Amino acid sequence: MHNPQLNAQGQLQHLLSIEGLPKRILTDILDTAENFVGVAEREVKKVPLLRGKTVCNIFFENSTRTRTTFEIAAKRLSADVLNLNVSTSSQSKGETILDTVNNLIAMHADMFVVRHQQSGAAHFIAQHVPPHISVINAGDGRHAHPTQGLLDVFTIRKYKPEMHNLRVAIVGDVLHSRVARSEIHALTTLGVPEIRVIAPRTLLPTDVEKLGVQVFHNMEQGLKDVDVVMMLRLQNERMSGALLPSSQEFFQTFGLTPERLALARPDAIVMHPGPMNRGVEIDSAVADGKQSVILPQVTYGIAVRMAVMAILGGGNAA
Amino acid sequence: MTLPDPEQLLEHLYQQLKPRIQENTALVGIYTGGVWLMERLLKRLQTELGHDILFGKLDAAMYRDDYAQRGLKTSAHPAYIPFDINGKHIILIDDIFYTGRTTRAVMNELFDYGRPASVQLAALINRGGAQLPIRPDMVGADLPLQAHQSFDLAMNTLGRLSLSISESASPAKSGADDHA
Repeated sequence: MHNPQLNAQGQLQHLLSIEGLPKRILTDILDTAENFVGVAEREVKKVPLLRGKTVCNIFFENSTRTRTTFEIAAKRLSADVLNLNVSTSSQSKGETILDTVNNLIAMHADMFVVRHQQSGAAHFIAQHVPPHISVINAGDGRHAHPTQGLLDVFTIRKYKPEMHNLRVAIVGDVLHSRVARSEIHALTTLGVPEIRVIAPRTLLPTDVEKLGVQVFHNMEQGLKDVDVVMMLRLQNERMSGALLPSSQEFFQTFGLTPERLALARPDAIVMHPGPMNRGVEIDSAVADGKQSVILPQVTYGIAVRMAVMAILGGGNAA
Repeated sequence: MTLPDPEQLLEHLYQQLKPRIQENTALVGIYTGGVWLMERLLKRLQTELGHDILFGKLDAAMYRDDYAQRGLKTSAHPAYIPFDINGKHIILIDDIFYTGRTTRAVMNELFDYGRPASVQLAALINRGGAQLPIRPDMVGADLPLQAHQSFDLAMNTLGRLSLSISESASPAKSGADDHA
């Protein structure tokens, strides 16, 4: 089957979803990201790889944090960066996605970073751009957020290099989370043997077991002896109807408190993709505690996004 | 061609390198072969001179001029420059000097860490074919090679170096624009 993310030589052409990417590509991105971690610690925090290229961040849905990290990543690669907040511009005047994209192509953009509230938007754009242009999915609906999934596994690999021997728990609103899906695919591909999801029934997709995870509805059971706790944000803005009684009640049952974290392995790390709802899914004592790697995730996120852009932006004369 | 023993070339290089070591000299090996040589030279210099010498390792994958044609090298190594480069006398160590493009890339990367007092280049072999106004300051030997040939430097588990020549199947594809 043709994978729209790979070119005829099997190299990465677009990054749309971790699902379907072979292990060699994931490993290549993570290994490349290792080289970019140090760039931020130098006197000149820039490398010249994307010098003269234009990266367009097209955000049909607001996300200051994701946009900022992509912007920093592109700038550290020496690219020129254009930020388009389409939710507040032409779309409100009725322009279609493809019209917006074609206009940017006419301005000689080289790479698109796309965020959209609808699943499949980045795929759709990737199918319509000429071959010299790459598309990176920065989150589409409930579907995927591949760079977040990659930076999460990069962070895990940094702290727990023996991925073949790990027990990972993903906690919270799996139903609305594109991050959870990307994480599960990445962890499975990289050989993590045990992935658990811990959530109330109402916040789990019906077919979640098909992703190869163990399902828990109880924090105390689910967190027992895990090496990694990946918290998800409660997606209030994506929630319709009465899936939850209240956020206070959610914290009572599924919030990560120091007492619950104590059930995990003593050297377990705590992750969160941000932005955090303190006191809803995570206790401040845990978020700021010594097991938290939430801020390193942000730092590594830039290196991982640099790696993806550097791999996509280079030639491929093998 | 009868190939020389790379251990002898390294000895020759060492004799040129030793008098150039000052208090604020740092050796920087260029991956992969240059790092092996740097580590060998460093160990002996520290023993004979009786003091520690600063050292680093660079790959310069992010500075190469063939990125637009070939993309990013997948087997790149992270840069390792654990000292303040400002004011240091840097001696770059490479195994085979060819076009000079790797040296240019490494110098560009080096200057993103700061402003060294000077930069010199030591290479085990200069195979000829420079395409830039860059030449090694110290060489183990000058051994000109055809464009379709290349030297392969290897190191065994005991740390002993060996040298061989490989021929590229299609001369047109190899060589002149290659980083080496």
